[in-house]
Amino acid sequence: MTKAIGLEVSLAIAEAVKQANVDVVAAYPITPQTHIVEELSVYVANGELDAEYIPVESEHSAMSASVGSCAAGARTYTATSAQGLALMHEILFIASGLRLPIVMTIANRALSAPISIWNDHGDIMTERDIGWIQIFAENGQEAYDLSIAAFKIAEDHRVLLPTCVNVDGFILTHMIESVLFIDQKDVDAFLPSFKPALTLDPKKPVTMGPVGVPEVYIESRKQCEQALINSRQVVAEVFSQWGQSFKRNYKLIEKNGSQQAKTVFITMGSMGETTMTAVQELGDSGESVGQVRIRLWRPFPRKEFLDAIAGADELIIIDRALSPGVHNGPVAQEIKALLYDEPGKPKVHNVIAGLGGRDVTVKDFKKMFEMSRKNELGPNYTIWGVRSDA
Amino acid sequence: MSDLAICAWQKLELGTAITTPGNAAELRTGDWKTLRPETDREKCIKCGMCSVYCPEFCISEGEEGYYPADLFYCKGCGICANECPKKAISMVMD
Repeated sequence: MTKAIGLEVSLAIAEAVKQANVDVVAAYPITPQTHIVEELSVYVANGELDAEYIPVESEHSAMSASVGSCAAGARTYTATSAQGLALMHEILFIASGLRLPIVMTIANRALSAPISIWNDHGDIMTERDIGWIQIFAENGQEAYDLSIAAFKIAEDHRVLLPTCVNVDGFILTHMIESVLFIDQKDVDAFLPSFKPALTLDPKKPVTMGPVGVPEVYIESRKQCEQALINSRQVVAEVFSQWGQSFKRNYKLIEKNGSQQAKTVFITMGSMGETTMTAVQELGDSGESVGQVRIRLWRPFPRKEFLDAIAGADELIIIDRALSPGVHNGPVAQEIKALLYDEPGKPKVHNVIAGLGGRDVTVKDFKKMFEMSRKNELGPNYTIWGVRSDA
Repeated sequence: MSDLAICAWQKLELGTAITTPGNAAELRTGDWKTLRPETDREKCIKCGMCSVYCPEFCISEGEEGYYPADLFYCKGCGICANECPKKAISMVMD
């Protein structure tokens, strides 16, 4: 039987990883990811999880050890945040280039300087070209569910790519939520054991990560890119299987509010829950407003996104990261590029909100809506709530 | 390059792994050179110094005791010509 338990979301993620029966956890603690890997180390120490816990000396080593263990055929998990993700940078490309299905939780946090332990998406947006599958969870239940589903997606032989599940630091990781846990036997039925396609085995030697001379490099990159593009279908299939098995349905892109909404908010991550309330209240007062939530960020589900915004006159795209010196935040840049070839494209407003943990409330979304009405959001982007003397 | 590596992206091994040990030997690395060594058999005393100095190990004793370079691997560096005590090797345009 499925049980609902009130639990800190970090611990729910650790439970998911334990239930996924990982073989190796290689991690270095960093706020706000710490509780996840701390809990996993407890599971390993007390024998609840039969895995190798590698307490590495840095995140660079955490990802390097993950590459090695996954290449040896072990189901491998790690987690990090902000500076930790940045320190992993070069190895992230190696994990995808070698087609290693590592699963990682990223407890999204702002990058220094100034030092901030609080949430924004600056860490993952800096890494969006790593060639990983990138999923965003919106609440505790999603964080738990998607952490198990991520292994099934990553390890599918049509995919074989590393996958990260993004959860907003503190806002999600440290929240106590009611989470429905799945019985171990049902997790086992959903997630078979990891069957690697190629492993480091002295009896059948292979070289992983050889030099890619100019005659080979492009084809090698194309192979990885195509695997990432193809993974869209597998993510959709796994979400659909999840719905059949556990009655919780996830889509690559979710739509909320009025189906014929003229103004549509675009959000990613936990902020979507707040937007949902604002959209509900605005809708109740007769406004034509909706919301589209991007759950799968890489590969970007173009068709599903375009279908979801069809009929909208105006988009208010919320970015939780700044892309200094360019016209928009990262999400808005990509959506604008996608819309360029579309007939009857909607007007796009871009609001950069919630940097470094600044609260974004229902009131803020209502104000954004009002400003878009009065055309006060400007042509490029607005940094929401920035104090200015001008 | 050999045909081994020149293939469509669909045919590359997963993650561009090498699954046949030692298959780098099948790569024609000698196509970098602009000059190749040519031995004057009148001057050559078959001492094998060129073979000793060759950084690519691509010179070995052949028929009649002479030391020809394997042009499949030879990069045309000219060390053999430089080291030859009898100045029997000259580098010519490939």
